[in-house]
Amino acid sequence: MNDKIAIKVDDLTVAYNFKPVLWDVDLSIPEGVLMAIVGPNGAGKSTLIKAMLDIVKPIAGTIEIFGEPYKKQYKKVAYVPQKGSVDWDFPTTALDVVLMGTYGSLGWIKRPGKTQKKRALEALEKVGMLEFRSRQISQLSGGQQQRVFLARALVQEASIYIMDEPFQGVDATTEKAIVNILKELRKSGKTVVVVHHDLQTVPEYFDWVTFLNVKKIATGSVKDIFNDDNLTKTYGINYKVSVLQ
Amino acid sequence: MTSAQIEIQLIACIVAVACAIPGTFLVLRRMAMISDAISHSILPGIVVGFFLTEDLNSPWLILLAAFSGIITVVLVEYIQKTGLVKEDTAIGLVFPSMFSIGVILIAKNAGDVHLDVDAVLLGELAFAPFDRLIINGMDVGPKSLWVIGTILLLTLTLLITFFKELKISTFDTQLAATLGFSPVIIHYGLMTVASVTTVGAFDAVGAILVVALMIAPPAMAYLLIKDLKRMLVLSAVFGIIGALLGYWVAHWLDASIAGSITTVLGVLFFFIYLLAPNSGLISVLYRQRRQKVEVHLLTFLLHLQNHTEKSERHINHLYEHINWHKVKAQSVLDLALKNNMITIEDSIISLTEKGETFTSEAINYIITNKSAAIEEMKDRFFLFRG
Ligand SMILES: Nc1ncnc2c1ncn2[C@@H]1O[C@H](COP(=O)(O)OP(=O)(O)O)[C@@H](O)[C@H]1O
Ligand SMILES: [Mg+2]
Repeated sequence: MNDKIAIKVDDLTVAYNFKPVLWDVDLSIPEGVLMAIVGPNGAGKSTLIKAMLDIVKPIAGTIEIFGEPYKKQYKKVAYVPQKGSVDWDFPTTALDVVLMGTYGSLGWIKRPGKTQKKRALEALEKVGMLEFRSRQISQLSGGQQQRVFLARALVQEASIYIMDEPFQGVDATTEKAIVNILKELRKSGKTVVVVHHDLQTVPEYFDWVTFLNVKKIATGSVKDIFNDDNLTKTYGINYKVSVLQ
Repeated sequence: MTSAQIEIQLIACIVAVACAIPGTFLVLRRMAMISDAISHSILPGIVVGFFLTEDLNSPWLILLAAFSGIITVVLVEYIQKTGLVKEDTAIGLVFPSMFSIGVILIAKNAGDVHLDVDAVLLGELAFAPFDRLIINGMDVGPKSLWVIGTILLLTLTLLITFFKELKISTFDTQLAATLGFSPVIIHYGLMTVASVTTVGAFDAVGAILVVALMIAPPAMAYLLIKDLKRMLVLSAVFGIIGALLGYWVAHWLDASIAGSITTVLGVLFFFIYLLAPNSGLISVLYRQRRQKVEVHLLTFLLHLQNHTEKSERHINHLYEHINWHKVKAQSVLDLALKNNMITIEDSIISLTEKGETFTSEAINYIITNKSAAIEEMKDRFFLFRG
């Protein structure tokens, strides 16, 4: 971690049908952290990262990626959406989905060639999915689908990785594999932001954490702020870190 | 075959391919209904265009009518965004309104317009060869062949140029947006192509056949193929098969060509829907039945593992205790026996070593992977099927 700010969110308010789901959120994510966003269901976690990615438009506030708006920086950001957000029956293979990660650097009209294919295969190997490259994606298990998504983000060679519940519906082995890759990304200086719902594993997997429930409750290093007070403020009931373990 | 017959078949095949391309993406985007909406709501555009140009094949008329197709799409999406009604309701609200505006326009001007609703809906392929394109006194073929041929060429060019963009925005709109591709532009581009194709084809084949050709062939290909490029090719092939077969059925029965092509497509779809190897109805039912037996097998093995006392493991007791029909119990027993998971001695069932390991591992797996899909476990353990 260094002093540079990777993502800066200022006074962000997002509403669906005029009902605010994120309210005046301020957040600075330092470069090089591996950060969890935690909060109850419907807290606006997915909405927050969609706003960072310019997928939903805020009614107030600004977001900067390395000091500039997303539109200028999109090549530096890779996104792993929630698994349910795509149609897994789509006629395409694992390799093809990973190749889509290279489309951003290609721009309009240009088609992926040998270089892109090589990078896609390397990414598949990294997530342990090389042997499944020609499988139709609906023939993959939940964990394998998530690995393909991760590989797709890896080929983007971004500086910031944003993921929405990557451990949802995956087996224990895949979870370990994904965590290892996330830690590797951080080691190489990348910033990783993960929406996470398993509070138990926060201290083990992450070094930075943001508590969110419509408003931002707290953000900082896991060591400093992952405590009973913030858990209770976020989840409403009396939460104890000790009970989680 | 006479040259008119050849020309009719050629037109039908070209329309089929031109429809299959946008149709494939409509089917993948679960937007089949919108093609129905477009096909009906282009009517006011056609009528107004006809007043202005007096020529059903004029490019102006095609653009004007296509524009009313786009208006339909915009209206449907606008109504849907209000959150008051669902998409299909929105479609149901918009296209009858557009269509009836068209009908009223025709009725009001029936005296001086040679255009009727039947012709728009059903078309008459048999007449297509009579309307010739004459350039400098030379007959270069039926007009509709030129119109739809041009549209096919444009569609193909767009498909090849923007294949990557179409694919990514259809599969994962959010990723497309975050990578700097504008899904909105691609969406309206696709809707424009669908509208232009519908308008270009309606004169020859009618609006209903256009919808059938846009949806049925891609829907069939979707059941059979798991690769986008091949799905496009197969859709075109199915469209051509439907067009040719339909033509000869009509010839043989002396029936409407458009009607008979639509029927052939319907019959083809029915068979593929039943018989497709992985996604067909029969194969889905078969798989569900097998999965049910597998879950029962696991329940049964677990019961054996939990109860060491002999009385609990007697065959008759099992029939009663687990509360299964004899038939079901028998098929589970058979599966377990076939996989060497149990042995039966004097009507007492015991787990074999393999059965023990399997059961423990399966339970362990379910417990340690609470959130993992059950599919995952089946991948590992039910490979012994057979
Ligand atoms: N597209 C949408 N339209 C309307 N409401 C939405 C939409 N997406 C999310 N919401 C609502 O916004 C709130 C926050 O959702 P979300 O960001 O998905 O929460 P989380 O990811 O923390 O579970 C929820 O109440 C949800 O119902
Ligand atoms: Mg969410």
